[in-house]
Amino acid sequence: MIFLEFEKPLASLYEQLEKLKEIGEAGDIDVSSQISVFEEKISEKRKEIYSNLSGWERVQLSRHPERPYTLFYTNKMCDQFIELHGDRHFQDDKAIVGGLATFNGQTVVIIGHQKGINTKMRQYRNFGMANPEGYRKALRLMKLAERFNFPVITLIDTPGAFPGIEAEERGQAEAIARNLFEMAQLRVPIICVIIGEGASGGAIGIGLGDRVFMLENTWYSVISPESCSSILWRSWDYKEQAADALKLTADNMFSAGLIDGIIKEPIGGAHSNPDEMAELLKAKIIETLAEIQPKDPEVRILERIEKYSKMGVYDEVFDVPEPVETAASKKSSKKK
Amino acid sequence: MSWFKRLKEGIQTATRNKKEAPEGLWYKCDRCKETSTAKELRENFHKCPKCNYHTRIGSDDYFEIIFDAEYQLLHEELKSKDALSFEDVKSYPQRLEEAYKKNSVSDAITVALGNIDDNKLVIACMDFSFIGGSMGSVVGERISRAIDSAIASQCPLLIISKSGGARMMESAYSLMQMAKTSAKLTLLARAGYPFFSLMTDPTTGGVTASFAMLGDINMAEPECLIGFAGPRVIKETIKRELPEGFQTAEFLLEKGFLDFIVDRKNLKETMRDLLVLFAKS
Repeated sequence: MIFLEFEKPLASLYEQLEKLKEIGEAGDIDVSSQISVFEEKISEKRKEIYSNLSGWERVQLSRHPERPYTLFYTNKMCDQFIELHGDRHFQDDKAIVGGLATFNGQTVVIIGHQKGINTKMRQYRNFGMANPEGYRKALRLMKLAERFNFPVITLIDTPGAFPGIEAEERGQAEAIARNLFEMAQLRVPIICVIIGEGASGGAIGIGLGDRVFMLENTWYSVISPESCSSILWRSWDYKEQAADALKLTADNMFSAGLIDGIIKEPIGGAHSNPDEMAELLKAKIIETLAEIQPKDPEVRILERIEKYSKMGVYDEVFDVPEPVETAASKKSSKKK
Repeated sequence: MSWFKRLKEGIQTATRNKKEAPEGLWYKCDRCKETSTAKELRENFHKCPKCNYHTRIGSDDYFEIIFDAEYQLLHEELKSKDALSFEDVKSYPQRLEEAYKKNSVSDAITVALGNIDDNKLVIACMDFSFIGGSMGSVVGERISRAIDSAIASQCPLLIISKSGGARMMESAYSLMQMAKTSAKLTLLARAGYPFFSLMTDPTTGGVTASFAMLGDINMAEPECLIGFAGPRVIKETIKRELPEGFQTAEFLLEKGFLDFIVDRKNLKETMRDLLVLFAKS
């Protein structure tokens, strides 16, 4: 079991519990009552810790190495999943996966960021940082879904789109921009869920949809807390403050009206009970599909565009400006 | 014995390269270090008369260059707001206050409606001097309303980008402007009016990864920086030097992401031609 910094009080309790169990197994003394006391203690402590997490603690949870990733969910939630590869232009990106799935009795297209489960796989998946071909593969699959009227589900978990030389050469910015433009007017339903890290353009590049949800212990922001600290504070040491300032938690995002809902995680985070997490996620997607799938595609598209058009906060101060004359017109009026 | 040995004798910096030119009368080029008069610079479309370096100019300069006689500013009613009570080493309202003092514009983008000959055009032009041309809610909303204005005026839209990317002080609101502007552009496309995108120095981050790259025609000024990630971030990630000319307009043209590069002195003619060509459909 891996314990995060703020879970340290749990670690010592678990240690003591393990010792008790060893004594119990040795067989001389009956420790079952003490074991249950400890289990009770652990569950209370866990509730206490998890009921009051800071932004930075949730960022750590979202990056927990045992957290379930996209391919775990496709396996758990779908009766069948056939992964489809390649963008048909350059190559297959390993940081974004996608394919056809049988979900609750119907065919859907599921696309998501994929991180690796060990050091070797993390490298293979480029730590969930996609190159342009990842976004273009995603778009290809969405267009496929559109042609055959399959709903699209995207699962988001990325520390950002990859900032490399080749990514720039192949148009990282264009790939993300194109996805936003096409997703805004895709004729089939799109449901997006942040299942881990939602970092900036890399996240929103597959994150524009009719409904966007966040799992409870995830974050979504225009920049990672570390990068924000380095740019605004000019030091890497202010990531906790940056995480607070950025208001990046699911609660913050929901109250700002920028996401449509929060999906509860099992106590202790998604990784403490991945199967239960997959069930909770599946239930939410089924419920949401039932709501948005019957709509007329045209209505759905216009509602989607309208939803995004309303995002933003500003004041309106009415003070209508006078027409401005260019130098050319000033010259000509002098001549007159 | 000194610590450093001077290998080459006679290394000297010419006086004109050492001293800052006084403000107002003279312009010292950031690139070639040559000095010209401010008047020469202005008459040369704010390009260095010696090396053609396109200096960073404001939205009013672009309106002046492109529009014929007079133009009407639009959507000036929108003002930035500190919805998240954001505070780093400075508070966001403090940063806004400084930006208002330093600038004549009211946010990082200004929208105007004007003419070239008989053709109407809506231009939304960014100002880098306003918090690094960063995209916050007001920038997104002004673009959104500029699109509405173009549709209402039945004319094309030109967006001139000049931005360091997202406005961090508006966090996720700022991020959502990428989705908002791109989604709204689909409405302009549906209405059948062209969208011209002109990228100028610099165009990076969320601005590049949304409306700037979505032009029906993508243009850029010579040698300007265009990218998704900034050069410093890329260098830190890959831990090696970047190739010469990387992320310049010429580089993007070569890689297939621009239709053409336009020198500022030809900008008005180019826009005139495009408006005429698209008016004939």
